[in-house]
Amino acid sequence: MRVDAHDLVLRYGDVTALDRMSFSLEPGKIYGLLGRNGSGKTSLLSVLAAFRKHSEGTVRVDGAPVFENRDVTRRVSLIRDTGETVDISSAEDALEFAKWLRPDWDAALAASLMDTFAINPKKEVSGMSKGQRSALGVIVGLAGRAPLTMFDESYLGMDAPARHAFYDALLADYMAHPRTIILSTHLIEEVSSLFEEVLIIDRGRLLVQEEAETLLSRGTSVTGPILQVDAFTEGMTVLGARELGPTKSAMVYGHLDDVRRKRAVESGLDLGPIAMQDLFVHLTGGPR
Amino acid sequence: MFDERSPIYRQIADRIKAEVLSEELKGDQQVMSTNQYAAFFRINPATAAKAFQHLVDEGVLYKKRGIGMFVSPDARDTLRAKAREGFFSDVVDPMVAEAKAIGIPLGDVIGRIKELEAR
Repeated sequence: MRVDAHDLVLRYGDVTALDRMSFSLEPGKIYGLLGRNGSGKTSLLSVLAAFRKHSEGTVRVDGAPVFENRDVTRRVSLIRDTGETVDISSAEDALEFAKWLRPDWDAALAASLMDTFAINPKKEVSGMSKGQRSALGVIVGLAGRAPLTMFDESYLGMDAPARHAFYDALLADYMAHPRTIILSTHLIEEVSSLFEEVLIIDRGRLLVQEEAETLLSRGTSVTGPILQVDAFTEGMTVLGARELGPTKSAMVYGHLDDVRRKRAVESGLDLGPIAMQDLFVHLTGGPR
Repeated sequence: MFDERSPIYRQIADRIKAEVLSEELKGDQQVMSTNQYAAFFRINPATAAKAFQHLVDEGVLYKKRGIGMFVSPDARDTLRAKAREGFFSDVVDPMVAEAKAIGIPLGDVIGRIKELEAR
């Protein structure tokens, strides 16, 4: 599904959670939504899923407004960080409810994922551990096969092997049934290779929307003797630097053409990639 | 634009190039699909597809519409020629620099090379 947000504003009383955000998401891509705590990730996803009504601007999914539009919301799924939230009964009842809600529900996929994550169908949701609740949420999200599927840190409660099983299941099912998927996460290193595009938001504003590979290609680490590094990086956008004795490593942001790269290597500097997590940390301003 | 510094690109491209050089992948042989590579490396299929496209641009692979990607008949020769070009600057020069740095006389290095050649 396609998503178009224009000058989107969300206010809670005096607090502006989303501050005139505009962007478009194309159908059939996996998007990474990155932002620091309180940056507005959950607010944004809640508006896209019609859990909240925005204060100003427009948000359209496949051209239609989402709020109180059941035809659209049945095809939009948001799994929250708390995992499965329908906790009145057992796991299998939660799946039944999801099946009733979701027109594209795949019961066979749900059953196979229940095995993968070793969830007992008879187990009461209210008695589940955080990890089990997360896994059940992820199952509901994947098997729902909603044309717009969003996971808001849904897998944070899962341990590393379970998270990897989730990434594999997500990728396999996405390739078999392409759809728009938004993953919001703090585990950037773990998940970033799944993204086709990345949105970085900060203080309710959109900072970056870029293809993941393009974003990565913008960052370069320049390492070598302090004076040479300083001379080379003069006039460039330096996101951060570290020194160790006579050696300095600077992170620069921006395109480096072949001529400059060659010059760097000839003057004895090492050029390397910067991990998405480091780019994110520096683009959103370091600790505060 | 796809960038050669991307670690994901390198992983895919290096693997395919190594397989072509070692002849595990022969000319006109089909390579695994982008989806298989994506699942194996746990990466977005669009990223894998771009890495493949880059290998097509380099002449290592060619595309058959609706069927998949195949190794170019002359891919191995091209890769070998390219590797020969960089051999002295990429392999020999650093070796000599390393020998100098740790105090191994170049005569000893040459002796070793001759010894290996005789085997």
